Amino acid sequence: MATKASRAAARTMISPAVILLLGWMIIPLSLTIYFSFLRYNLITPTGNPFVGWENYYWFVTDPSFKAAMLNTLVLVGGVLLITVVGGVMFALLLDRPMFGQGVIRIMVIAPFFVMPTVSGLVWKNMFMNPVNGIFGHIAKAFGAPPIDFFGQIPLLSIIIIVSWMWLPFATLIIFTAMQSLDQEQLEAAEMDGAKWPSRFIFIMVPHLSRSITVVILIQTIFLLSIFAEILVTTNGGPGVSTTNLTYLIYVSSLLQFDVGMGSAGGVIAIILANIVAIFLMRMIGKNLDA
Amino acid sequence: MYIKRALLNTAVGFSLAAGAGAAASAEEITIATVNNNDMIVMQKLAPKWEEATGNTINWVVLEENVLRQRTTTDIATNGGSFDIIFIGAYETPIWGANGWLTSLNDFADDPAYDLEDIFPLVRNSLSADGSLYAVPLYSETSFTFYRTDLFEAAGIEAPTEQITYTEFAEMAAKLHDPDNGIFGTCQRGKAGWGENMAFVGPMVNAFGGQWFDMDWNPTIDSPEWNAAITYYVDLMTNSGPPGATANGHNENRALFKDGKCATWVDATSAANDVKNPANSKVADVTDFFQAPKQATSNGTGWFWSWALAIPASSQKADVAKDFLKWGTSKEYFEMVGETEGWVAVPSGTRASIADDPRYLEAAPFSATIKEAIFAADPTNPTMNPVPYTGIQFVAIPEFQGIGNYVGQQVSAALAGQVTVEEALANSQKFAVREMTKAGYIE
Amino acid sequence: MARAVSTGQKSLNTAIAGTLGLVMFFPVLWILILSFKTEENAIRAPLEVLFGSGWTLDSFAAVQARSDYFKHFSNSVVISVGSTFLGLLIAVPAAWSMAFVPTKHTKNVLMWMLSTKMLPPVGVLIPIYLIFRDFGLLDTRIGLVIVLMLMNLPIIVWMLYTYFKEIPGEILEAARMDGASLREEILYVLTPMAIPGMASTVLLNVILSWNEAFWTLQLTTSDAAPLTQFIASYSSPEGLFYAKLSAASIMAIAPILIMGWFSQKQLVRGLTFGAVK
Repeated sequence: MATKASRAAARTMISPAVILLLGWMIIPLSLTIYFSFLRYNLITPTGNPFVGWENYYWFVTDPSFKAAMLNTLVLVGGVLLITVVGGVMFALLLDRPMFGQGVIRIMVIAPFFVMPTVSGLVWKNMFMNPVNGIFGHIAKAFGAPPIDFFGQIPLLSIIIIVSWMWLPFATLIIFTAMQSLDQEQLEAAEMDGAKWPSRFIFIMVPHLSRSITVVILIQTIFLLSIFAEILVTTNGGPGVSTTNLTYLIYVSSLLQFDVGMGSAGGVIAIILANIVAIFLMRMIGKNLDA
Repeated sequence: MYIKRALLNTAVGFSLAAGAGAAASAEEITIATVNNNDMIVMQKLAPKWEEATGNTINWVVLEENVLRQRTTTDIATNGGSFDIIFIGAYETPIWGANGWLTSLNDFADDPAYDLEDIFPLVRNSLSADGSLYAVPLYSETSFTFYRTDLFEAAGIEAPTEQITYTEFAEMAAKLHDPDNGIFGTCQRGKAGWGENMAFVGPMVNAFGGQWFDMDWNPTIDSPEWNAAITYYVDLMTNSGPPGATANGHNENRALFKDGKCATWVDATSAANDVKNPANSKVADVTDFFQAPKQATSNGTGWFWSWALAIPASSQKADVAKDFLKWGTSKEYFEMVGETEGWVAVPSGTRASIADDPRYLEAAPFSATIKEAIFAADPTNPTMNPVPYTGIQFVAIPEFQGIGNYVGQQVSAALAGQVTVEEALANSQKFAVREMTKAGYIE
Repeated sequence: MARAVSTGQKSLNTAIAGTLGLVMFFPVLWILILSFKTEENAIRAPLEVLFGSGWTLDSFAAVQARSDYFKHFSNSVVISVGSTFLGLLIAVPAAWSMAFVPTKHTKNVLMWMLSTKMLPPVGVLIPIYLIFRDFGLLDTRIGLVIVLMLMNLPIIVWMLYTYFKEIPGEILEAARMDGASLREEILYVLTPMAIPGMASTVLLNVILSWNEAFWTLQLTTSDAAPLTQFIASYSSPEGLFYAKLSAASIMAIAPILIMGWFSQKQLVRGLTFGAVK
């Protein structure tokens, strides 16, 4: 159906989006690249001389850099694992006949609507605070020493909070996919004597794989730049145990006000994000005919 | 057709609404501040200034670190978003020297304001190159808050002379009773140069340590630092509350006021809040003694002022100056006394207020505070000579980054994630890096 | 579905799912409860909180006294709705092109658009701040509308694209045969068919914009400050503050939570990103 005229029209119509995004990408990006070659500290105005690759050297040799890379990986991977596995389980559960399914579904998806700052603050104070938080009170009631969440298991605590926020999203998408599952196929398999595990592996999982891919793609995009949850709970610590790449860039450019080094970090993060993107796209490409 | 028009209308409508929102009246000033008690009181009283002058105030209330980051970003880029900022004794001279702040020297010409009445020590800490860049709301040093009832119950006599940290640890251990919800001591563990390092810095001074030698070489891997941090980790592990790595000044203040801590070394400016029965459960059973010493008593209590300044990028400096004069005047402090009770008056800035009989009667501890503040000497902060001034900080721009990093490492050591040796080795490495980067050392 | 399920089985399912649902919902429920307690009672043990005394509305009043809720609320509405509709305006034609006139680059363009979302915002704050300063966009709602629109545009394009692809091209072709112009084709044929998908796109993006907490905090001070700014002042504790923090949290999330609940059917129906076949 694509005529020459409609192709031209298509190009015209897609161009605003492309131009805007290109601008959104290129203008700040080129400024960031430019800054990354300057000695540019907000606090010490020095005329911003050109310093070559110095900022990159300092950023990569930053003692926190390796830890930040690893933390980013663990954080994204951990949350993906929890939300995908949890999402499939929730979806399976919600798909079964029950009373008041609407109400239960509403309760399950509620965390998705909570802003990151609020959930960080609420979990930090009302739940994970070892003295006045709920978990502290529960531990006390059982005579156990309270867990010092942000001291002993800081990264896991962040993973718990973020997973809580993203589990509903995974559940929703997987649940929607589940509903389009061909029930007759399942029943036929059951009559043929296929047990539940094999029905799950051979019928459900293939059917859900596309939606799981979507969950992974979208969540990765958001999880790579997790920031507010860390800022309001641990400030990246103790030590650097909850500093991810985004937070490390924040520390360099907005706490040390070293815009040059922060920009170098930004450029590195962009390169890494694009590597992840290419990797993901390959994966999606197989699963989605997008 | 109509969907598109509806969409367009909405978009236009929004941009109009946005435009209208941006058009501010000429006498509207924006103040960026933190949410501590003294500033909350000022917000409560500010409508009086608004009524008297016809101007209005936009309060932007942020957490301390976020505030510092937001105001620095805005002022360094000449953004002009703020007309008045809440600023401390560390930034004021640096920012002033950068030309970022409006000089307030003309306040000296106003006899009603009486600039001379503000303690010289405080004025000096807010000046650079002979220009005053901020006026103080309150000033503080650190001392020890303790619970008279718990000391009595444990049979400990409250010290009258400056004790050592070793003696302090023994006391804290005796008082520690977590089963009954009492912790021997609450100290800052939350990372940050203005958080845990404000306590750790003076403690390191007491142990004979320092940040830099006379050639600006970092000395964070010295035995003195090691002794101090080892002491700190032991103290907090043996006699501190759980989750101490998350506790900063505000968290500890809440714990202390709730009656959960037997001792607490922190800012004198918290005293009026802790001794205020309206806010605190322990108002009647709290008293104070000096912050401990160890190898030396130099630099064992910090010195800090919280002040108000006007960014050079503000378009409304005149109105802002008028507010500054109002908010740090004798009349303002008296008004706080009248409306909030004299115990709530911000401490440590004006001689006339410090000596006011009404204040002395409501806040008998204020004499101790004044004495302690005068004892703090930022120009001689350590046992051995150093090239810098500042007790809990080093008055150079690079300190912020170094202090934050060391703070992170100390809190990691406190959490048990690294050893004290590792934490200090990392810190030393980082400090050397930063000082090299900044060109202090080769 | 055709199988008869015993009431016992159904009850068991309900019990398990209900418990898990309650666990997920509990934090929200808990701050709702705490927001009605006095500060002294809000830090007590859970059972004492639930069955003890000390119920009050004071926290809401205290929060309102500190910062004007309705100003922040209306900013949040304008910014999230405005950025979403502006995004839609730009994304509909783009998604149409990709869905109905695909080229060999379409997939790459789409993936490239998504990859722009992976840039860490902190890395480009200073450049954006300088640009905003020069255009006088700091602390304006229009500035935030633009930034959040750009942030979410890739997601909007992608979602619309997947819905449009489900629509058979023959229908559009038939409309064209009848002499409809391209604009008419999009407005009168395509758009109505894609309404469910658009609805869920709008909902998701309003939620994302409402909750965005980096740009909204960095680029506003007061005039355009949305609810993320409203809650930010509670991030450091001040004495006993659980009740006030709870009240402020509830006030910040309630509008979007209620909207989400009422529209969850629309949201769920469209939230497939083309994953359902």
